Amino acid sequence: MFDDLNDLYQQVILDHSRSPRNFRELEGANCTAQGHNPLCGDNVTLYLIMEGDTIREISFQGSGCAISKASASILTESLKGRSKQEAEALFARVHDMVTTGKGGSEMGKLAVFAGVYKFPARVKCAILPWHAVLSAIEGRSEPVSTES
Amino acid sequence: MSEAHAGPEKTNPPAVGSEALRRDFPILDQIVNRNPLIYLDNAATTQKPRVVIDALRNYYERDNANVHRGVHELSNRSSAAYERGRERAARFIHAKRSSEVIFTRGTTESINLVAQAWGTAHVKQGDTILLTDMEHHSNIVPWQLLAERVGARMAYLPVADDRGLLDLNQLDQKLTSDVRVFAFTHVSNSLGTVNPAREFCRRARARGITTVVDAAQSIGHGPIDVQELDCDFLAFSGHKMCGPTGIGGLYGRHELLEATPPYQGGGDMIATVGFEKSTWNQLPHKFEAGTPNIAGVVGLHAAMDYLDAIGRSNIARYDHELGAHAYEELSRLKGIRLFGPHIGRAGLVSFLLNDVHAHDLVTVADQRGIALRGGHHCNQPLMNKLGVVSTARASFYFYNTHQEIERLIEVLREIQKFFDR
Repeated sequence: MFDDLNDLYQQVILDHSRSPRNFRELEGANCTAQGHNPLCGDNVTLYLIMEGDTIREISFQGSGCAISKASASILTESLKGRSKQEAEALFARVHDMVTTGKGGSEMGKLAVFAGVYKFPARVKCAILPWHAVLSAIEGRSEPVSTES
Repeated sequence: MSEAHAGPEKTNPPAVGSEALRRDFPILDQIVNRNPLIYLDNAATTQKPRVVIDALRNYYERDNANVHRGVHELSNRSSAAYERGRERAARFIHAKRSSEVIFTRGTTESINLVAQAWGTAHVKQGDTILLTDMEHHSNIVPWQLLAERVGARMAYLPVADDRGLLDLNQLDQKLTSDVRVFAFTHVSNSLGTVNPAREFCRRARARGITTVVDAAQSIGHGPIDVQELDCDFLAFSGHKMCGPTGIGGLYGRHELLEATPPYQGGGDMIATVGFEKSTWNQLPHKFEAGTPNIAGVVGLHAAMDYLDAIGRSNIARYDHELGAHAYEELSRLKGIRLFGPHIGRAGLVSFLLNDVHAHDLVTVADQRGIALRGGHHCNQPLMNKLGVVSTARASFYFYNTHQEIERLIEVLREIQKFFDR
């Protein structure tokens, strides 16, 4: 029906947006960050339990479109147990993928976001939770925004 | 009322919604994402008829020069065109005199002018600034800045219920003796509510309270008569009424403008300048520092002529018809949530479909060539009150058609299925 849009709204994305994983406030979180899209009012809060440089637990809450919610949901699955350095490296690859459409084949589940690059207005939706989590693990306290 | 002040009448102007009229708007005839463009984002900005585009081109090709200072021929032409535009704008809103029209960049700058220049001089510590729940950010933030500066407080006339009407019964209680100014939108950009502006102004005037009408959403959609409204200030944008972007106006009652200090300093707004002190030019030039948007005024003039040739009562009637049609069709969709009044609405509808986020809906509609708006519509406090983050909005103008609404409904049904996989 919307062949052109099936790349953007893959089944996995719809599933995660309807039943997001790790969608809760995390008790004992020692690291949190907020992301905000002032254009649409959407917001996401990430909660992390860091043990040294390792992300032991991660969860999120907030409201947003299907893309941003699925992105946050899959992000939590992808980053659990990873080190800060691994998270930074993954962020760079996700960023490349959603802006160029390339590199999806080595990205596992995150590859479902490769289609986002065709919709420039939606790149910020996919990338917002990643900006927020980077901000959290790098210890910055101010909320991140899609517009800065 | 408007037709009485109309400019030069064209012979047989095309009918609202007709093919002939749509041909006046070159932009409408194009394919977007493999579908014919259906432009339903008119509350954000309207499209421009060829006469407006031609007026801008002719101005730059033949008459361009700075105004009010040159003694050469082109400057004479430019100055005359600029001041003719002011007289036209005064006629368009039925101001008593053309010096009551100040040209600005648009509604936002107009409101900032009132809040900063008039407000700083007349709103004192402990005074109250009354707004309503349904104001655009541009009619909230300038007042908050003023309130902070002078130590005034903010108050809001609430939206009474989920039909999106303001609570008229509460107005008298809100119009207390400490209220210095009541600023409100004529038509809500997110709910489509048409506020009883004349009644608001009447009640405020009875208590000596200054009124500011945000006419951004009403100026191009029907007759506007500032004397009938009996408002003190009225702000509008050219680009929401077929004119160019970057030009708009502020109407102010003569006595109030006279009692208002300048807004910005610069050329054209002065009478004399000394090293220590300057004196101000007369109205309206006191409020127009620097080289103005001359081409914008020329384009706005053409837009006003065009709207009056089509007939602003015709536009108003058709707008309401499209709004009512869309509301009725949308209300039949399962899982729809509609915002704003049932009846008497302006030509726009705000809605949510099932649990589909407005941005997702708008992205998919765009793939069918339909331009909608999704977001908080610069109404965050209202959205919070409605318990939503954002809505999708379809807003109409007199070049839209009933067939386009049918197509919108068809696409919304597709979208429901698409997200229900």
